[in-house]
Amino acid sequence: MTAAVAERQRGIGGAISDLFFARPQLVTFLLLTPPLLWIGVVYIGSLFALLLQSFYSLDDFSGLVVHEFTLATYEQLFEASNAQIILRTVTMAALVTVASAIIAFPIAYYAARYARGWTKALFYLAVMMPLWSSYLVKVYAWKLILAKEGIITWFANELHLRWLLDGILALPVVGGPSLSFSYIGTFLVFVYIWLPYMILPTQAALERVPANFIEASADLGADPRQTFRTVIFPLALPGIVAGSIFTFSLTLGDYIIPQIVGNSRLMIGQAVYTLQGTAGNIPLAAAFTVVPMLIMAIYLWMAKRMGAFNVL
Amino acid sequence: MSFMSPAVRFQNVSRRFGSVRAVDNVSLDIEPGEFFALLGPSGSGKTTCLRLIAGFEQPDEGHIEIFGETADGVPPYRRNVNTVFQDYALFPHMTVGENVAYGLMIKGVGKAEREEKAKSALAMVKLAGYESRRTAQLSGGQRQRVALARALVNGPKVLLLDEPLGALDLKLREQMQEELKSLQTSLGITFVFVTHDQGEALSMANRVAIFNEGKIVQVGTPSDVYERPTSRFVADFVGSSNVLSPEFAATHGGRAAWTSLRPEKIQIAPQNALVPAACAHAKGIVTAISYQGAVTRITVATEKLALIATTPAGTDVRKGDSVSLIWPKSAMVAMGEGA
Repeated sequence: MTAAVAERQRGIGGAISDLFFARPQLVTFLLLTPPLLWIGVVYIGSLFALLLQSFYSLDDFSGLVVHEFTLATYEQLFEASNAQIILRTVTMAALVTVASAIIAFPIAYYAARYARGWTKALFYLAVMMPLWSSYLVKVYAWKLILAKEGIITWFANELHLRWLLDGILALPVVGGPSLSFSYIGTFLVFVYIWLPYMILPTQAALERVPANFIEASADLGADPRQTFRTVIFPLALPGIVAGSIFTFSLTLGDYIIPQIVGNSRLMIGQAVYTLQGTAGNIPLAAAFTVVPMLIMAIYLWMAKRMGAFNVL
Repeated sequence: MSFMSPAVRFQNVSRRFGSVRAVDNVSLDIEPGEFFALLGPSGSGKTTCLRLIAGFEQPDEGHIEIFGETADGVPPYRRNVNTVFQDYALFPHMTVGENVAYGLMIKGVGKAEREEKAKSALAMVKLAGYESRRTAQLSGGQRQRVALARALVNGPKVLLLDEPLGALDLKLREQMQEELKSLQTSLGITFVFVTHDQGEALSMANRVAIFNEGKIVQVGTPSDVYERPTSRFVADFVGSSNVLSPEFAATHGGRAAWTSLRPEKIQIAPQNALVPAACAHAKGIVTAISYQGAVTRITVATEKLALIATTPAGTDVRKGDSVSLIWPKSAMVAMGEGA
């Protein structure tokens, strides 16, 4: 009986393989250390630096940052002009999110429930393709569409609906000299740009609702409307919430879209951009940045309270 | 609704999927209070039949009546039948209690009343006190019971069960068989259940319909279909059987027809053993022995064909032995045709 039980190990590579096999924790450790270092230092670290900056203040007289702990900068957020920026941005983000959810749901539902084979491929292509092209190109394209001499005005003239367009533009607050200089325009572009981020998670959530849940609900006496309300919607909710995290937080932080399409009233992103640039008011810029993070935290907490994540 | 109407009636029902006839011209009456099994291999149309009763499918041809009322075009949510799904289909966003009370909630039953009813339904399936659990915390057997309670709490006229025990392990399956049987007896509701497990069908059902390729090939009591199969398919599918050719049957005291002979009816004896007058026999050589716990399966090659006999375990027959096979002539059951 001379046959060896163990095959002879081959070189240094074999030795390392044996070591990893014997100590799986070592593999985990080696795999996780670099990304954890990256997240810990670069990501969390910079976030912490930002938070720290927001507790400093700007000396109005000298224009220099005073490196002393104070809540004065946060107090400035409550000044009328700044509070308006926050209110304006949050309202816009909320409206964009609701509109995206309403538009996205039927598309996601169709894709999850009925699209098969090439129609499904077409769905993914249609939803993803806008993400492949440059964000700036899309926004400028929209500016041309919405401009006074743009496609929409032309269509309105051709269809003899100019009175309708003018009526919409004459609306207080949301209207303006043209769509590209109004809140309506900003809103439309936001909804267009973020829509895929709402469709995809909603579709993924609906995809995980087995067909026999719908049959079981019908079997227990629920008509299609009741089934939607009590089974399909609650099960899709985590996906809608995930999508709304994208649409809501991306709108809260964006400074390019309102810059290109919209009136001159600032959104949070624009305020941060101006404050840290020309104004050199880093503390207030930092305080402004904390606002969306706080709002998102409150939003997620409320979503959890409402049971949006119960199925996860 | 007359007193004479069957619980479920199929009149020449067909259901096609593309070019496949999943259910092919099926006519069937299921009587009120019956425990009725739809038995067949996968793809034989039995599940489609169940879905036709539930209303998830509509027949392409023919009619279905439930307690004398036509089911044509009636959606599932307006039928007084409930289903226990194969994988239970419990709603993950609801507690056990909410799952069970779901049908009552949809009907608009008040919260207190439906909680009360859900509670007693859970007690009936031996899950008292599980109301506030989440479905993810339950074992397979418990989920099965919740699914059962969720269906029964609505007081259906017909309860449909789709492979209800398929996902359970053997011990639990046997226990649930007993419980389902006694539940059905005490409630008196018509149960229609789909299974591919012939043992399950024979042990639980009052009557069995055996499906093959979208058609019903035999309907009868469990002993009918086991003792008197009318086709080779049934003889083969329900238990195992030796199928004797017309020539072999004729030369061994039977009729000149395709004949079924159950392995347990065949006795193995020494070559020179005496053959009683009412018995037939054949000589042969043992070619395979397969120990199966309670019984041993012995394959014997006779001059014409190989026969399988099962004997209680602990036989002293060995491979290569020359033996005589003896069986009562009455055990040979002539079948319709070669199919």
